[in-house]
Amino acid sequence: MTTNTNATKIEISGLFKRFDNAPINALENIDIDIRENEFVTFVGASGCGKSTLLRTIGGLEVQTDGELSIDGRAVNGPGKDRAMVFQHYSLYPWMTVSENIKFCRQLATYTKDRTSGDVEAASGRADALLRLMGLSNVSGAWPNQLSGGMQQRVAIARALMGKPEIVLMDEPFGALDAQTREVMHDLIRYVHRLEKATILFVTHDVEEAIYLGGRVVLMAPRPGRIDTIYEVPFGDQRTQDLKNEPEFLQLKREIVNRIRDTSGMKTDLEQLARLSGLQAEDTAATAETI
Amino acid sequence: MTQPLSTATHSAHLPTTGAAAAPETGARPKPALPVCTNPKPPSEIPPRRRPTNLFTVRAPISRRSYWILAIIGLLTPLLGWTMLAAWGDMDSTFMPTPLMVLSKAWLWATENGLLADAGISTYRVAAGFLLSAVIALPLGLLIGSFRSVQALLEPLTDFIRYMPAVAFIPLVMLWVGIDESAKISIIFIGTFFQMVLMVAEDVRRVPAAQVEAAQTMGASRQELIEKVIFPSAKPALLDTLRITMGWAWTYLVVAELVAANSGLGYSILRAQRFLQTDTIFAGIIIIGLIGLLTDQAFRWVHRAAFPWLYLKG
Repeated sequence: MTTNTNATKIEISGLFKRFDNAPINALENIDIDIRENEFVTFVGASGCGKSTLLRTIGGLEVQTDGELSIDGRAVNGPGKDRAMVFQHYSLYPWMTVSENIKFCRQLATYTKDRTSGDVEAASGRADALLRLMGLSNVSGAWPNQLSGGMQQRVAIARALMGKPEIVLMDEPFGALDAQTREVMHDLIRYVHRLEKATILFVTHDVEEAIYLGGRVVLMAPRPGRIDTIYEVPFGDQRTQDLKNEPEFLQLKREIVNRIRDTSGMKTDLEQLARLSGLQAEDTAATAETI
Repeated sequence: MTQPLSTATHSAHLPTTGAAAAPETGARPKPALPVCTNPKPPSEIPPRRRPTNLFTVRAPISRRSYWILAIIGLLTPLLGWTMLAAWGDMDSTFMPTPLMVLSKAWLWATENGLLADAGISTYRVAAGFLLSAVIALPLGLLIGSFRSVQALLEPLTDFIRYMPAVAFIPLVMLWVGIDESAKISIIFIGTFFQMVLMVAEDVRRVPAAQVEAAQTMGASRQELIEKVIFPSAKPALLDTLRITMGWAWTYLVVAELVAANSGLGYSILRAQRFLQTDTIFAGIIIIGLIGLLTDQAFRWVHRAAFPWLYLKG
């Protein structure tokens, strides 16, 4: 990142998380510092604790042990400085798109000591977000009238409305089709540059993780831990073509292989290969007899 | 990406690519709706459907079939009843014909104060139901929102729920007396405990992501309940009210066991004493009709209050 703000935003050291009655740690000895305005993506096999880590940072889970602080202050529950975007079901179906986006404006934390200038600025910001997200012509629609991609745009706009310093995204595009995802990727990169927020983005899609992230944090399961942190060397200006560059593909292959190695699923795959090989021989044999 | 073509552009020359059309964006007229290039306008193309019959799993049926089937479903029992009463080897004292029941209902309506009976019964049901709703809604909201309140109250409610409401009649008579409040109390006991648990369940079913999103936007505890959990649960709550209203009606007859001298349930009970089966039939059917009307009213309110749940397409 070529920004001048390089202060540490999120500090995590020796963080452990174990759920009640769980045999192993969901998170084990997590150490990572995240700088202001960074875009960090988290990937890993399922069960690696990437979502749990994000939720812990968001204050929705409490760590069992270890330190987690933001701007030097220990995290104590969720707050408006860390808005979260979920995979789905987070929009309010009884509100229109623009009401959803303006939701935070009716909360006491925003209405406490607001001036008429604030109200104006907020409605300007809501309009700007609607435009930026391409939601202007559906601002009066209800969420369930929109496609999945449009719904996620609303969720992102709503999270950004309160000007959070950190945006936590938990597989926000996980349920979207490939074409919609591409559009959303460029959108979210623009948003990152415009908003100057620190973005933490959890995904299971390695391509997405590399394309979006300044750093890619690879996590491994059982127990959930940080395996490798990759610096993504492609700078700030990225286009969809980047996804076909050899360097990009090389990095993608490396990360995908590493996820496979750490997932603990290898034996299953070998057995599957053996079984399918057997089956292929069987069909060949049958074909010959006919 | 659909490319909006104005009719003028369309007739003159088709831009070969989107990129070729892009530079001439200066003073372009507002693009009209996309022009249909299909030789046949959509309305002329007959709707093509996979052929289905009435017993294709989950396949839609036409509106006409729906109503024909509904009428068959309603008329068959009536027909069966008529035939049983006419040709069955049964005394009309035990099995009156539909016509007898109808004339009895008419007599009841014109001379014996059916309206007053229906009115007082409706009042009792409504009062018991409303009292129950007024307490069950906030209590269920708390049980569904806080594990502590759930631990405190849910096992107790579950326990009381299994106690037969009828068995409370003697106690109610001793404690409340035998006037209107006794009848309302019985309906309340029959409805309330079920209602609390259903309300709590509705509240618990509010998606966690909706609540957590609000938390990360800075909502306080009270705001979570007022601005997210309650509005989110509202449609389910109205359905719960609709269903429990039905139960309130079923407790009417039980409630009017208690020293009543008016009401539909009372009339049914008295008719039994005088072996007036036609009155019993008429009373049951009238309660059924009032229930059906209330149910439809609830559904109508549901559609009017939560339009986003009834969007088509």
